[in-house]
Amino acid sequence: MAIHKVCGIETEFGIHPVGPDPNPVAASSVLINAYVAEMARRVGWDFEDESPGKDARGFASDASTPPEVDTHLVNAVLTNGARYYVDHAHPEYSSPECASARELVRYDKAGERILARSMEAVGRVLPPGQAIVVYKNNSDRKGNSYGTHENYLMARAVPFARVARHVIPHFVSRQIYTGAGKVGSEAAHAGGAEVDYQLSQRADFFEEEVGLETTLKRPIVNTRDEPHADAHKYRRLHVIVGDANLSEVATLLKVGVTAIVLAMIEDDWFAVRGCDYTLAAPVRAMRQVSWDLSLAAPLDLAGGGRMTALEIQWELLDLARKYAEDRGLGCVGGDGDGLEVMRRWEATLSALEVDPGTLSEQLDWVAKRALVEGYRQRHGLAWSDHRLAAIDLQYHDLRPDRSLFARLRMERLVDEEAVLAAITEPPPDTRAYFRGKCLQRWSSSIAAANWDSLVFDLGTDPLRRVPMMEPLRGTADHVGKLIDSCTSPAELLERLGS
Amino acid sequence: MPEREHKRRPSTTRETDAPVEEAPPSTEKGEKLKADLDELLDEIDEVLEDNAEEFVRSYVQKGGE
Repeated sequence: MAIHKVCGIETEFGIHPVGPDPNPVAASSVLINAYVAEMARRVGWDFEDESPGKDARGFASDASTPPEVDTHLVNAVLTNGARYYVDHAHPEYSSPECASARELVRYDKAGERILARSMEAVGRVLPPGQAIVVYKNNSDRKGNSYGTHENYLMARAVPFARVARHVIPHFVSRQIYTGAGKVGSEAAHAGGAEVDYQLSQRADFFEEEVGLETTLKRPIVNTRDEPHADAHKYRRLHVIVGDANLSEVATLLKVGVTAIVLAMIEDDWFAVRGCDYTLAAPVRAMRQVSWDLSLAAPLDLAGGGRMTALEIQWELLDLARKYAEDRGLGCVGGDGDGLEVMRRWEATLSALEVDPGTLSEQLDWVAKRALVEGYRQRHGLAWSDHRLAAIDLQYHDLRPDRSLFARLRMERLVDEEAVLAAITEPPPDTRAYFRGKCLQRWSSSIAAANWDSLVFDLGTDPLRRVPMMEPLRGTADHVGKLIDSCTSPAELLERLGS
Repeated sequence: MPEREHKRRPSTTRETDAPVEEAPPSTEKGEKLKADLDELLDEIDEVLEDNAEEFVRSYVQKGGE
């Protein structure tokens, strides 16, 4: 049986410093430090508030001290179990490990809120007239792309060639609902000069089918082998082909359907059912699908015949239905979350087939297209008009008052209250719970926090490392009571027997 | 690969195809979506960056990943 599809999303955000110093590396550091510093003061205050004898003026005087503008490269681990750091010249938020697509939607949204709070925090530190603005997109429209990477836990025993073979047709065809939309194209060399609008931010940038690279000659399937877990049992499929989604429905489908497809691959379900949708030219097909707003472009199959992206997705859904009947959906969240993904998937394909325009409250590319096209027609603009490009960028602006996405009435899947809780609270059903809770309680005793270990510094002994090689251990069920009942990190380590 | 019939959609979803009476709700929804969009288009200039050309030109990122 397929193993549980623990998943996460890493997002590199576009960063646009307004003011005299346009250095994006320094700006990313300043941004993250401003947030971390504010959170640290808040945690410190909460802690002190519980200490009898402390008076509130301690906090008042703290808050009146101007925070330092710290530009050293940051690598913070947050109490929600996420990592927040500077990668290349971008702020990056890596969500905590989540046990279902729906939970990941919540933590992906929490990431957006963290970036928004970071912008506010840095605004209080920077001189007047300066600001740092963050965008959740994947391209600067000038040929520079930055990634949104999904991660899925898979069994090491599955041959990688089988993964690549069956996941590529899915990655190519899923763009019809995962695309975040883009005005124009950055692949003029490949025939994109004629493209006014396309489904995906990223499709212009893929040049290989399978490979290790992420920055040059980007492959549809990335072979990075860094499981951050027991390497004998697991691999982490590192997916670089996706867009950054603001739409919650798009994120749910992107992660949820991919998790189901990977579970089917793990159980060799394609072979069981005799299905193979291998494309004759997948790299070209990425762009064919993205550039075709009619969703009717036929793609050549390696075994002969042609199918559209929509037809491939219908076939995958059909395959998944039979898989769900035969094997169940336990590994992707079961009857609740797994079935929700299946229902959404079907409803989305049905709507795409009849009229994609009806999904303008569900899918990013449809919503942005309606906005851009509406503005263009109202003002009689050519597609090359800068205002259309500006709308494209500003759709992804994470400032609540400037975000065009935020002004649309996009369907929500997660309560805002639950999203706000996810800014500081870890998910309960993965090892992120252990990481987050330990950081909440004993951050000053934690020397290092990684995906697969926590290193404690108790001040007396050598550093003590707690390995976390099983992504589904260290949950609230496993260690919640233990952590709650310990009064010190020393007691925790003793009772863990490490 | 054996010759396969590339059916448009699995049979279980067929019932969503035909009935004509489903058209009005869809139209109604379409009109509501259009009204919402018009409202947003009315106010979008207040939100858009003042100098679109300068904004788009200066939005330059380093490649990432």
